Amino acid sequence: MYIDKKKGSMWRVVAASASGTLIEWYDFFIFGSMASILSAKFFPHTNPSAAFLSILATFGAGFVVRPFGGIIFGRLGDMIGRKYTFMVTLLLMGVSTCLIGLVPEYETIGYLAPVLVLVLRLLQGLALGGEYGGAATYVAEHSKKGTRGFWTSWIQTSASIGMLISLAVIFITRHSMSSESFDAWGWRIPFWASIFMIYISYVIRRRMSESPAFAKAKSEGATSKNPLKESFGNRYNLKFVLLALFGPVIAQGVVWYTGHFYAMNFMENTMVVDSGQVITIMVIALLLGAPFYTLFGWLSDKIGRKLVLMAGMLLAILFFRPIYRSMYQTVDLTKKTELTSKAISASELYQAESVLDSIYTTQKFYDDGTILKEVTTIHLGQPGTSSMGKDKKDISTTKAITVPSSAKWKLIFLVFIQIVFGTLTYSPLAAFLVELFPVRIRYTSFSVPYNVGIGIMGGLLPAVSVFLVTNAKKMGDTTFYLQGLWYPIVLAAVSLVITMLYITKKMTALHTD
Amino acid sequence: MNTVRKIFGVIWILFAITCAYFLIIFGVPRFTSGTQEGIVFGIIILFILMPLTVVGLAVFGYYSVAGEYDENKMIDK
Repeated sequence: MYIDKKKGSMWRVVAASASGTLIEWYDFFIFGSMASILSAKFFPHTNPSAAFLSILATFGAGFVVRPFGGIIFGRLGDMIGRKYTFMVTLLLMGVSTCLIGLVPEYETIGYLAPVLVLVLRLLQGLALGGEYGGAATYVAEHSKKGTRGFWTSWIQTSASIGMLISLAVIFITRHSMSSESFDAWGWRIPFWASIFMIYISYVIRRRMSESPAFAKAKSEGATSKNPLKESFGNRYNLKFVLLALFGPVIAQGVVWYTGHFYAMNFMENTMVVDSGQVITIMVIALLLGAPFYTLFGWLSDKIGRKLVLMAGMLLAILFFRPIYRSMYQTVDLTKKTELTSKAISASELYQAESVLDSIYTTQKFYDDGTILKEVTTIHLGQPGTSSMGKDKKDISTTKAITVPSSAKWKLIFLVFIQIVFGTLTYSPLAAFLVELFPVRIRYTSFSVPYNVGIGIMGGLLPAVSVFLVTNAKKMGDTTFYLQGLWYPIVLAAVSLVITMLYITKKMTALHTD
Repeated sequence: MNTVRKIFGVIWILFAITCAYFLIIFGVPRFTSGTQEGIVFGIIILFILMPLTVVGLAVFGYYSVAGEYDENKMIDK
């Protein structure tokens, strides 16, 4: 059965679904983007138990909880309906985010603060695990045959836009007040802002009707009584769940995460580019890349999902290493000439409460306009203490490279290319997954491999890649900075072979209802 | 193509065994590192990532060898 919707109402369906998904991603990203502030407020590293809760919040919500969200909300979505289920995920995410912004700090309520934030963060992960499958299924079940790739690609766009808005809101909040005010209370604003966005999305979604395919199945009594058993206990369905996971989903997870998170992390930590410039680079690259979701979604309707998915995987396998080599060389100071006559040094003493710090700042200028700023802080401790400043641990150095305009645009281009690879693997994915599973178990069968592939395989990318880089550096490898890329490259290669051999045209048109 | 899929099924099973080896090599030192972050990371590698990857890939390989992905088995009975 094909639901032929008029374009106007189809846009409303997309708006209702994508706005909610966008907000969910916004909520999820602001926690990550504000990690250092949240860590200081709720998870002080001087307290081992609080630090442990911080680790659980990072790993637990990022990877582990999301598939459980897929199971819980997927099951509900297949039993009671798509519309009500993704209303619940939306509200759960919005309320959790807003409440994170209301939790008193560790200094005020002690252990209860990190425990509350951890619980709320886990609820965020659960909600996110249930959201995407519902939104994509809802849109796909409204769209007519041959247009699913285009319409569902708007849901994918919302992930990038959500990240973009979170960066923008944090940037605006940070720059509209003093840094003291932001540290004291301003950081809470992006969390509170979520509730207004959730309300708007809730109002839009409330007015929407149930998915026609699900409504029809329900009226005919054809919905599943036990979607989990049917999805994973039935050999016929399980083989498609496994194929989806090891085929396009894992590739999408690692390729998309590399372009969005690893690139950001690489610029900040390996290339030590100034964090303000990194945000600018990411925002512009994300904006430039966003239209490609719908372009490739539309293309997948015309030439097939498989070709578009495979193109993204192949390009990532071939070009990730050259791209990152080029990124690294952009700031490689050994290849630049220092203008020694322009170097600036300054030192100052800074006293916060009763602790004294000695801060040395040097700025080095290079022939191409690159600036290296090094700040060495010697924590002198309490004035009058005999051992102050003698312990090596009391000295910390931070470096930040400010790149000139030409290098900045080169980096934008290189990140943009990676985002385009991500759009190739992501755009047709929702339509592909929807068409792989029947209506009665679609939400469950879609959500679980999606959240395992993206949440666990993609989510582990930064940790595994950092391990590979650190290991290579210890062994004296001169190209250590490229070794972290083996994780996405190998997984994308396995996925490419599986997609090429096992996904057939017949399979991608199994369930077009 | 059905024969190629079956041959690759064996490769996926062997790949699953290789993954198990590397995940153990990678996960056990973290699990026994004594640091909180290491233990949590080790648990995720050994008890979440490894079962999903190794068992999932092995079952996928087995299904391939058993001909579950043959063209004539794509339509639900």
